[in-house]
Amino acid sequence: MKLFSFFGGIKVPSYKESTCDLPSQRAPIPSRLILPLHQHIGSSAEVVVQPGEKVLKGQLIARATEYVSATLHAPTSGTVVSIDDQVVPHPSGMRAPCIVIEPDFQDTWAPRETHGQDFRTMAPSALRNLIREAGIVGLGGAGFPTYVKLNPGPGKLIDTLIINGAECEPYITCDDRLMQERPHDIIEGVKIIRHAVQAKNCIIAIEDNKPQAIAALQQALAEQNISDISIAIVPTRYPAGGEKQLIYTVTGLEVPANGLPLHVGVLCQNVATAAAVYYAVNRGEPLVSRYVTITGDVAQPRNLQVLIGTLVEDLVEFCGGNLRNSQRIIMGGPMMGFALHDSQVPIIKTSNCIIVDAGNVAVLPPRDRTMPCIRCGSCVEVCPVKLLPQQMYWLSKAEEFDKVQNYNLFDCIECGCCDYVCPSNIPLVQVYRFAKGQIWKRERDKQKADQARERHDFRQSRLEREKAEKEAKRLSKAAIDAVKNQTAPAAETPSAPNDGGDVKQAAILAALERAKAKKNQQQYQPRNTDNLTSEQQQAIVEADQRRAKIKAVTDPVNSSENSQE
Amino acid sequence: MLTAILVLSALATVFGLLLGFAAVFFKVEGDPLVEKIDKLLPQTQCGQCGFAGCRPYAQAMANGEAEINQCPPGGEPTIQALADLLGVQPKPLNPENGAEKPTMVAVIDENNCIGCTLCIQACPVDAILGAAKHMHTIIASECTGCELCLPPCPVDCIDMVPVAVPIEQWQWPVPQGLDAIPVVVKPFEARA
Repeated sequence: MKLFSFFGGIKVPSYKESTCDLPSQRAPIPSRLILPLHQHIGSSAEVVVQPGEKVLKGQLIARATEYVSATLHAPTSGTVVSIDDQVVPHPSGMRAPCIVIEPDFQDTWAPRETHGQDFRTMAPSALRNLIREAGIVGLGGAGFPTYVKLNPGPGKLIDTLIINGAECEPYITCDDRLMQERPHDIIEGVKIIRHAVQAKNCIIAIEDNKPQAIAALQQALAEQNISDISIAIVPTRYPAGGEKQLIYTVTGLEVPANGLPLHVGVLCQNVATAAAVYYAVNRGEPLVSRYVTITGDVAQPRNLQVLIGTLVEDLVEFCGGNLRNSQRIIMGGPMMGFALHDSQVPIIKTSNCIIVDAGNVAVLPPRDRTMPCIRCGSCVEVCPVKLLPQQMYWLSKAEEFDKVQNYNLFDCIECGCCDYVCPSNIPLVQVYRFAKGQIWKRERDKQKADQARERHDFRQSRLEREKAEKEAKRLSKAAIDAVKNQTAPAAETPSAPNDGGDVKQAAILAALERAKAKKNQQQYQPRNTDNLTSEQQQAIVEADQRRAKIKAVTDPVNSSENSQE
Repeated sequence: MLTAILVLSALATVFGLLLGFAAVFFKVEGDPLVEKIDKLLPQTQCGQCGFAGCRPYAQAMANGEAEINQCPPGGEPTIQALADLLGVQPKPLNPENGAEKPTMVAVIDENNCIGCTLCIQACPVDAILGAAKHMHTIIASECTGCELCLPPCPVDCIDMVPVAVPIEQWQWPVPQGLDAIPVVVKPFEARA
């Protein structure tokens, strides 16, 4: 197979030897599982259980809310203890809503619904629904909901399916172990994904530093006599496993800036995602566990099959403990991962590696000796996206955010190659992350300002309208009054004094007169006393007499006055 | 001679007509400079600049009647942007107008609210909901944090609280030590 060589990139020592040959182990069920509601790209999941509720393994505990979102399932059977904010694995070290489950150590599965038919007879949309319900997201690190990626949209065709087994970051071996231990599961998953997107070609790409994984997959393919899935052995060069870099290496196609692999007819999925798809479609098992590499300064570095939600601390403990009680624990690889603020954070769907760093993680440059940029241009030579890291650094530092966007800051994949080669140890990626955050913040502020302007303008126009309406009402009332004042004295009360010429006074008198007349009319002509029979008349007279009597007793002053009248 | 006069007057007529039509058909509504300035302002409508809202302040700046450093909610970035737009030197925020502070949102203590509607009338963006003798509440997503509702409240039941940053909006801080240029200052005698 013809391979292409992407621009830039770096050769880094892999440090994978300590874990890549050891069989993975199942981590024990911990005493507490913490499941953040937001473990993926897209909107948070919505809780569907109550605290105190008993849940079974694989039972839905939070459902997807929008199109780009993912469901969440109980990783083991137990009781929901609480639903509250817990520290989550995030560079900020902040808290976010989580479901906390206390396992009952029975690990009882909820009924697994297997649809009982061959996936080849199923419609792609039905497969996508199964994958959506299983809560599968990209397990390579980004965590984008898989079923969204499997839906290219009308009129768009996937030509090539690339299964990413490159695993280019140092220290991480979880995909390597998965490929060695479960090659058949991966291949079954690949078949399902391929059927779902109707891809013509299918390539599994693996870096050439994983001969055992390559051999395992080749053997599995040979056993099943599969010839239409090929294996591409790509040269080991970081970041060969980056989506756009891998697509270029394998197909020679470049994904456009701001574009998706879909736009060049390619779909890229991680090997672990493929295996998860197989478990979901064939066994009805949602995504509740994953392979995680525990390495660095622990007694027995190895790969573990971990329930989602297990605390990092428990895993480090299981691997022999934090040897030198290091404060720095990295989640993800040394190039793109981040330091945890707390070891009591859970493994989430996208966590592939935990590195306990006792200051001897050789990949990372020391951060305490940052020197000024000497404009050597080494970063330009290694940037796999062909950006100008040095220019972006100066502009980001000077907070010239409009200009830095002209240098395509948002195409930066934050791979850390520039950091690695920088002779001045400048944390370039963090500078770019800072700039990206500031640009997003300004965008949000601008939206908020536009909203406020709109509301303010509306309020101003409303106030003006109300004022105008009030004024119009006042004017029309004044006009009516004026007309009345001129006509009223002449028409209704001819006896009114005209000699004084006091129109207002006359109007008041006329009004009083009218009111009096009206009152008299009402007083002497009750509507319900017409055409009465003699008995009714009699009853009325008697009632009147009784009323007068009572009045005389209770209110002597008034009644005496009345009697005098 | 006559030809020249005729040609020139014909040209004058044609261009005159062209200009006349252009004046009618390509007429610019309002002052675009005011619009541009208004776009840069944070739209808090707080009046700390001494004008009755962001637009009047923009108008005043366009007329050269106001300085660019009178907007505390906008702070440094707004002053910088205004300086770029108007082609003047940026200057520090005028302390008379107030100090830059984090974005706040108003919260009504609903136990103490007497339903007087005074704050509703004061709110420049209609972000307070309520009616006479009924409890009022603030629509937090619409509140600009202008503090204009604070003075009219007869029972002081409105508090300004900082806006909590959700985890999705968390930002990477600027890395430490970037400006640590190791300059060695030698004693004066040693140089000679």
